[in-house]
Amino acid sequence: MSAPDSTPETSAPDTAEAVPYGIPLERDHPFDPPAAVMALHRGSEMRRMRYYPEGRLGWLVTSHRLARKVLADTRFSSTLGSPAQVPIPMPGLEGYLDFEGDFPLTPGMFIEMDPPDHTRLRRKLTGVFTVKRMKQLEPRIAAHVQDRLDALAAGPRPADLVADFAVPVPAMMICELLGVPYDQRERFEADSRAIFTNDETGGGKEAAILNLFAFLGELIAAKRAEPTDDVLSDLAADPELDDNEVAGMAILLLVAGHETTAKMLALGTMALLENRDQWELLRARPELMAGGVEELLRYLTIIHTGLIRQVKEDMEFEGHQIKAREYVTVSVQTANRDEAHFIEPDKLDVTGDAKGHLTFGHGVHQCLGQQLARMEMRIAFAGLIERFPGLRLAVPAAEVPLVTGQSFYGVAELPVTW
Amino acid sequence: MVRIIADTEACASSGMCALTAPEYFDQDDEDGRVVLLADEAEDRDDEVADAVRLCPAGALRLA
Repeated sequence: MSAPDSTPETSAPDTAEAVPYGIPLERDHPFDPPAAVMALHRGSEMRRMRYYPEGRLGWLVTSHRLARKVLADTRFSSTLGSPAQVPIPMPGLEGYLDFEGDFPLTPGMFIEMDPPDHTRLRRKLTGVFTVKRMKQLEPRIAAHVQDRLDALAAGPRPADLVADFAVPVPAMMICELLGVPYDQRERFEADSRAIFTNDETGGGKEAAILNLFAFLGELIAAKRAEPTDDVLSDLAADPELDDNEVAGMAILLLVAGHETTAKMLALGTMALLENRDQWELLRARPELMAGGVEELLRYLTIIHTGLIRQVKEDMEFEGHQIKAREYVTVSVQTANRDEAHFIEPDKLDVTGDAKGHLTFGHGVHQCLGQQLARMEMRIAFAGLIERFPGLRLAVPAAEVPLVTGQSFYGVAELPVTW
Repeated sequence: MVRIIADTEACASSGMCALTAPEYFDQDDEDGRVVLLADEAEDRDDEVADAVRLCPAGALRLA
């Protein structure tokens, strides 16, 4: 294993300027990417970057053009080798520094696989998340949203929009779709969260994964014995999948369905409240909601640490020599603010054209649940605006606690009143 | 008129085409892969052009 600085440097332009150590996380403004990241983006489309935990050299891609190119190119592998390298601090990883070779794949976790393994597993689920199926699901999503709006209206003011609305709406829906009992959520919610909690130790994450496999394993056995009308029962009955694969796939859906839309609903609400004209526009013209959701996805880009890939063989890309095992981080938050692609990208405009934003990724890994997320957000924001047209923050915006050190950016709490 | 060509092997079932240009694209009920509802479009049909551009898997093209 070579020390980071002993790696021969590549062409001169890559080393001409200071090499950043990881992606800056500190923000001056809750809705804008850190100024230091935007400065990197303005400097060049692609550059060297050092990775945590021990400073190895890899790459950072910041422009919309190159982000799309990298994500569409399967030479940039989703199968991450070791020693693990990440663009933000993750204390648990030091324990893996001496581990050589590739990590064993977690069964069913197709987000970390390349074709054809990825294709085989993803296609078992793609029929569940089509545009058509999500339209059929609309009344169920609306029912969960109404249920939470009723609870909010009946509860005390101020309320925490994160705990009382943003988290439960998508959690109830993904549980219903999968066939995971929502009333057993104490058995999976903490573990689901631990997987994305970067201050958790590596051991803590492993324990969380094992707990989830045990929980899902029990459920799969029960569904096989007594099938119900849900995704887990269908997967359990599939002769081409073994139990561990089914559990891994279910865990992926469960954790992805919990954290992402929840962060968007709370941060999105805050963004609309802080841009009151946009809230009022959506209130006056509900037909703008579909485009408004795309704009919020683009403007807020909760996948603020980017998407990570590893190159398996030496290759040339855009004039750069990328070496085997080097990591490449695609900075989606800067790509979504790229003036070469979007008009006035630093402005939230629900009437604008956010098409082509990369918040759901690009390439064959593009978010499987994106149509569900869109439907949930459209119904949830519309319901919130209709029921509480006078909704406002209950604390100054500067006092809303931000979550900057985790995989998904957002707010920890959102005190609101009406 | 332009011809719409879909590569169902490359399709990643994201649903971007069915979302963007629902009069031209649908998805298979079983695996969500693209189903063409029309195999031709007007040269300047923006929705179809957007659907082709937005396809994450590069599975659509116009000829």
